[in-house]
Amino acid sequence: MKIFVCIKQVPGITEVRVNPKTNTLIREGIPSIMNPMDKNGIQLALDIKEKHGGEIIALSMGPPQAEEVLREALSMGADKAYLLSDSAFAGADTLATSHTLSLAIKKILSEGKEEEIYLVICGNEAIDGDTAQVGPELAEELGIPQITYVRKIEMSGEKITVERVFRPEEIVIIETSLPALVSLLREINVPKFPTMAGIVDAYEKKEVNYLDSKILNADKAKIGLTGSQTEVWKIFIPERKGEHIKLSGTIDEMNRELCQRLKEDKIF
Amino acid sequence: MSIRIDDEICTGCESCVANCPYGALEVIDGKACVSDDCNLCGACVDSCPVDAIILEREEFKIEKMDITQYKGIWVVAEHYKNKIHDVAFQLLGKGRELANILKTNLTLVILGADFDDKLDEISQYGQDKIIYVKSKILKNYYSDLYVKTLTELIQENKPEIVLIGATPTGRDFAPRISKRLHAGLTADCTGLEIDPDTGNLLQTRPTFGGNIMATIRTPNSRPQMATVRPGIFKIPEKVKKDVKIRKIDYDYTEKDSVSKIVKVITKEKSKVNLEDAEIIVAGGRGVGAKENFKIIEELAKVLNAEVGGSRVAVELDWIKHDQQVGQTGKTVSPRLYIACGISGAIQHVVGMQGADIIVAINRDENAPIFKVAHYGIVGDLHKVIPTLIEEVKRVRAEETL
Amino acid sequence: MDFKLTPKQEMIRKITREFAEEYIAPIAEESDQNSQLDPRVMEEMKRMGYFGTCIPQEFDGAGMDTLSFSIVTEEIGRIDASWSITTGVHASVCAFPIYRFGTDEQKQEFLPPLARGDRLGAFVLTEANAGSDAGGVETNAYLDGDEWVLNGSKIFATNGGLCKTLLCVTKTGQKGRRPELTIFIIDTDTPGYSVGVKEDKLGCRASNTSELVFQDVRVPTENVLGGIGQGFRLGMKILEYGRIQMAAQTVGLGQAAIEASIKYANERVQFGKPIGQFQGIQWKIADMGVEVECARLLTYKASWLCDNGLDYGLVGSMAKLKATEAAMQATHDAVQIHGAYGLMKAYAVERYFRDAKMAEIYEGTSEIQRMVIAQQLLRGGWQL
Repeated sequence: MKIFVCIKQVPGITEVRVNPKTNTLIREGIPSIMNPMDKNGIQLALDIKEKHGGEIIALSMGPPQAEEVLREALSMGADKAYLLSDSAFAGADTLATSHTLSLAIKKILSEGKEEEIYLVICGNEAIDGDTAQVGPELAEELGIPQITYVRKIEMSGEKITVERVFRPEEIVIIETSLPALVSLLREINVPKFPTMAGIVDAYEKKEVNYLDSKILNADKAKIGLTGSQTEVWKIFIPERKGEHIKLSGTIDEMNRELCQRLKEDKIF
Repeated sequence: MSIRIDDEICTGCESCVANCPYGALEVIDGKACVSDDCNLCGACVDSCPVDAIILEREEFKIEKMDITQYKGIWVVAEHYKNKIHDVAFQLLGKGRELANILKTNLTLVILGADFDDKLDEISQYGQDKIIYVKSKILKNYYSDLYVKTLTELIQENKPEIVLIGATPTGRDFAPRISKRLHAGLTADCTGLEIDPDTGNLLQTRPTFGGNIMATIRTPNSRPQMATVRPGIFKIPEKVKKDVKIRKIDYDYTEKDSVSKIVKVITKEKSKVNLEDAEIIVAGGRGVGAKENFKIIEELAKVLNAEVGGSRVAVELDWIKHDQQVGQTGKTVSPRLYIACGISGAIQHVVGMQGADIIVAINRDENAPIFKVAHYGIVGDLHKVIPTLIEEVKRVRAEETL
Repeated sequence: MDFKLTPKQEMIRKITREFAEEYIAPIAEESDQNSQLDPRVMEEMKRMGYFGTCIPQEFDGAGMDTLSFSIVTEEIGRIDASWSITTGVHASVCAFPIYRFGTDEQKQEFLPPLARGDRLGAFVLTEANAGSDAGGVETNAYLDGDEWVLNGSKIFATNGGLCKTLLCVTKTGQKGRRPELTIFIIDTDTPGYSVGVKEDKLGCRASNTSELVFQDVRVPTENVLGGIGQGFRLGMKILEYGRIQMAAQTVGLGQAAIEASIKYANERVQFGKPIGQFQGIQWKIADMGVEVECARLLTYKASWLCDNGLDYGLVGSMAKLKATEAAMQATHDAVQIHGAYGLMKAYAVERYFRDAKMAEIYEGTSEIQRMVIAQQLLRGGWQL
């Protein structure tokens, strides 16, 4: 069984600061990290492999520096890693990204055993784009069932039983057969740190394979900017609250005014 | 594919610099320069007042869609236990506004089982039409059946805009439909507008954890799809009008879905890290005693918030160390931070000044906390908080119809 | 010359730093107060392989080069010197010498449990009458058939109260005026071995420092490390290798002092501005930065020399001396920068200050380091 895990290198956004003069994101000195939900994905793959066997294949579409998150995945215990990197992939929205990822998965599957069952694991969303779209779109490209917002998964033979969060307090338990795609919430597990031997092996015994548009035989109309349908028209920094107000009146009046203001601030 | 700046036209006005989400543009010696951080997203091209930025795409045939054939705005509803999610009505409110600008129709689409006797009530939210797909099995949500049915309906009816609630349900089926139709989809929108020049839908959404807002458009594809954050738009006043209802019976059975629903369960509330909390209610010395901390916890409960506190609260054993906010505790940046009985010494403030909205309740009108609080209430928290709790409950009940 | 670390070394640093910040930092203060190593941290350290960093994978270690090992020790030391000395001593002066000088049988038997952290290790030399003067060792052993019988006691043994395997420097004879020393590998389950007083210390309080007592402890001849009478020669080599890790952990400690000082100097406002804008504070921070970076470069060079099969004793000694004196100054200044807050347990700098003092004395005092360095230089031992 092949277990594909899609991972993404993202900026550690809690550190994001805005340059007040140019009104843009300051990106120097911001560490790049593996998208947190993707790390949950690698951990899930490791847990499944431990119980059921399989080969863990980590994939990422990104510039060459994204190799670092693939090495981290190998350090955690992934068996193989592929970096899909090509200037032709740049400017991709989720439609183009999911297409590119599907090309790599199909190619890797075609090089393996025929009719091999597989599982595709994605983080539910990435902390920079936050779209939660690549998972379902990838499942559609591969023609396999998808289950999103997953907080628990169990495997038995070729069946998976999954707990999906569909309301804040409601969980639905769904069963489907492999091959399938699941996208995970952070509550699914607590990723373990790689071991020191794991890190040494990731750099000395394993490799990151580079795939470009030529190797993937990609149709230029479906990748990168040309394969995208959404475009960024403009960006802006949301207004931060400036004023400091002391409310007045009776306690009831102040509380009412406070709640009114919070309502306008869309707290409720 | 590449990007370049025409130096002869560039005036060094820096408009492009501000528009780059990746910080890849810089003006050096009076001319704009692009760095390797460029992601070819094209946000800068339109921002240049003198058209000095050229994004060169490779010339080859892409089949362009005939977008003029697409008309009408759709809102797709989701439901649970026979109750339609509020976001559908919120979107009908906004949808009506957009439909009026585009001079087109607004349709509500429901895939369900038992809505026959509810159609009358549901039709009073400003829509012109309702498409009701009825199938017994659709009492529950089936990912693949929603995708199949909606894709077929969209292909048949060609709406120009499809709006869906950005819930785990909406965000599950919308992307798969968008891929099947190769139509652009924008997730979790907090703003929708019509571009007066082109009639395109302008979809605004937060990125980078809300630190940057992006406005997206999909000029070349139809329908323009968007999932919209619940609670952003208001549910409109009801209005009786003639609504065309189209009921379609589908004969779906369990065998038509690749997934089997085993059962639905209710989950226990999981513990949240303070650093991930959206709302934090914090107590300090002013709370007075451990028993009094209960009202802090109660206020947190009605706000669905996490409980925090200052160092004093930890030392007096009112809260645990991992709930401490401040220099020797945690640094938090929630949407809302309510500081109760906290004086606002710098050692605490450095831990919470990143909050979007800060509310302070303190007896001392000169307490330094009021300098950082956006909304301040001078008063005894033991008197203020109990009535605040009631007011919050009242407002929350008002919000959910 | 390439000062850049490899991607592998950067990853090792990154993961160790994240681990230390998540697992160790929250409990460091409490562990210091209670003089106990946290069991949850111990479990995770074992799982991650921090007890077998420099031991090859064939013996269940991580198979790391010395520079990577130093980076690990530096990152742990940046959060808690008690932990860095525990793992540092265990791996560098107990496990590694068995790998370097042991027979195949000794390696097979002792290394895997040590590398996995299932058994903790120690290297015991110091006695009541033998501190800087290793020649004063009185713990002795005589041969009885095919067993050596050990008697004596050791004091101030790092990991002493917790270890299951230890290397004991023992007097087995006399060579003229000097004792003949032999190193024995001892299993603490052997009858006659007992742990005496556990020391209540100024610093590195969570790390275990204990007195060990040997009463007719019988050790098979197979457990002699490197040969009878080799104890002094091997002991010097063992300490030389361990010195690099002692330097590394203290570089981490100095780094922690600098980071705390910078954070405080930027936040604390007095006289209308952050105190970091006053020159008096700025100069202290500048000096800390220079000193710790010098110590780091010496430590990395010593590691590099070791990895490239070159003599590293001189530079290793320089590194230990520099790192410990730099950390002492840096932590002293860090407390000063924090003002009265620096004296309070709620702020970590007071612990850094106490931990730094320990480093100036253990694993070879600064005075001994100067002796070692001077002897090498006077003998023309300077190398580029």
